[in-house]
Amino acid sequence: MNELLSLLEHDARRPLPELAAILKRSEYEIEKDLKTLENERIILGYNTLIDWNKAGTDKVTAFIEVNLTPQRDVGFDAIADRISRFDEVRSVYLMSGNFDLLVIVEESSLQAIADFIAQRLATIDGVTSTRSHFMLRPYKKDGLLTGPKERDHRLVVSP
Amino acid sequence: MSLDWNARISPTVRAVPPSGIRKFFDIAAEMEDVISLGVGEPDFVTPWTIRESCIYGLEQGRTAYTANRGLPELRAEIARHKKEQHGLGYDPKTDILVTVGVSEALDIALRAMLAPGDEVLIPEPCYVSYKACAMMAGGVAVPVPARIENEFRVTADDLEAHITGRTRVLLIGYPNNPTGAVMRREHLMELARFAEAHDLLVISDEIYGDLTYGDEPHVSFAALPGMQERTLLLDGFSKAYAMTGWRIGYALGAPELIAAMTKIHQYTMLCAPITAQLAAVEALRRGAKYRDKMVAEYNLRRGFIYRGLTKLGLSCFEPKGAFYIFPDIRSTGLSDQEFAEKLLMSEHVALVPGSAFGDCGQGYVRCSYATSLEKIDEALARIGHFLARHT
Ligand SMILES: Cc1ncc(COP(=O)(O)O)c(C=O)c1O
Repeated sequence: MNELLSLLEHDARRPLPELAAILKRSEYEIEKDLKTLENERIILGYNTLIDWNKAGTDKVTAFIEVNLTPQRDVGFDAIADRISRFDEVRSVYLMSGNFDLLVIVEESSLQAIADFIAQRLATIDGVTSTRSHFMLRPYKKDGLLTGPKERDHRLVVSP
Repeated sequence: MSLDWNARISPTVRAVPPSGIRKFFDIAAEMEDVISLGVGEPDFVTPWTIRESCIYGLEQGRTAYTANRGLPELRAEIARHKKEQHGLGYDPKTDILVTVGVSEALDIALRAMLAPGDEVLIPEPCYVSYKACAMMAGGVAVPVPARIENEFRVTADDLEAHITGRTRVLLIGYPNNPTGAVMRREHLMELARFAEAHDLLVISDEIYGDLTYGDEPHVSFAALPGMQERTLLLDGFSKAYAMTGWRIGYALGAPELIAAMTKIHQYTMLCAPITAQLAAVEALRRGAKYRDKMVAEYNLRRGFIYRGLTKLGLSCFEPKGAFYIFPDIRSTGLSDQEFAEKLLMSEHVALVPGSAFGDCGQGYVRCSYATSLEKIDEALARIGHFLARHT
């Protein structure tokens, strides 16, 4: 199973016949394993990494440091879950250090993010403060460089 | 008045045949959508941490000559690496020479060992430089065909048939370019007894030593009982760390032999480039995990191309090392030269005819799987298309 996962980690689109050939198993078996992994939520999904700005669509990304008042029995979990369910929110992490949650929000404009913070995030019971940082330019995203494709510089035939 | 160049070029150089690979390169380089299984080098670029350490060295002004034998810290790392890999002890002061690739090491080793007319046993198929270097060193290259029944491993019996009073050196390269064959301990032991019986020096080109697949790790010839003194062990960074263009490798052996090679190296090369030496230090200190990742990727492709070629009806043994596979194409009725040429012309797939690596490679072709699975898949489809018209 872990071999299958590492094959898909950096390329979710590897064709089934290729996976089957590499793992020396049938396509049917691989498909069954994938279903199991999806059902157990080990595979959470298959996103596409897109450079939206290059595609001509404006996107603004904010990294928001959030401080919370922990609640009896559940600590930060209930509020974190509540924040996570907003569509605008891309990621939520509990952090050590000067703040509690790192919330990453993606929207089409600065105004939309400002609205989200002011009207939704900051007003949640238990959120004591927020501090936003706006992303200016990505250089690397989830393990992938954002620059142009590197080409093969090798000679066509060599000894 | 034009000069008679035939008379001006040394007969030794004239006697060396041109490389059989060159012709294919010229045709393939002109083509647009060619898929190449003809490349004898990794498709990865050098891991960033290695490139970065070279850049740092340049920023720090590390631009001078180094000691002839190489940077002391590099020799220390090489000694540590060989101790870890094979339990071999080499003294960085006297037993190690850093060279401009295994290529230079091969050249100066043969020049240091051979008197005019001395014979070198060279199992074939093998890397294209072996025979040429032996000839240019004034020696006589004696090709010894390895047999397909033995998956192209050479045996003591094969060698025995070619021994003469002038035989001085045995030159082996396993894991093998072009066949992907490896030699296990028991196979090497047989050669060790042979070398001892005939009192031969052994050059062991182990540049693909880190690229072996399956449970059995590479066994160094020098690590066999009693073999370290008579063995010159060659290794480098080109294949394991994807560093072909850096031009760096090394030779390990007896102090007297290394001293003789250093004499040639000092007057012809002075030292290996410092940029590459700095990068090589980083490769040995922190490169292992990147190397292992590349090897794991080659291993996936190896299984893929082996099953693919077999399914197409080309017989080949499963290669256990390097990144080559060597299918038998005689079922097509074509020679390996014709096969490679026609495949390139009609399907735009480049590979190398087996005869480029010795006469006994006739009827085989070398496919390199140092290319992406996607391209291998497409190449297999094109080869399938080609075979459908030629069998
Ligand atoms: C068997 C073998 N030995 C030596 C070399 C040359 O290596 P280097 O780049 O270290 O000169 C090659 C390169 O293809 C090779 O295949």
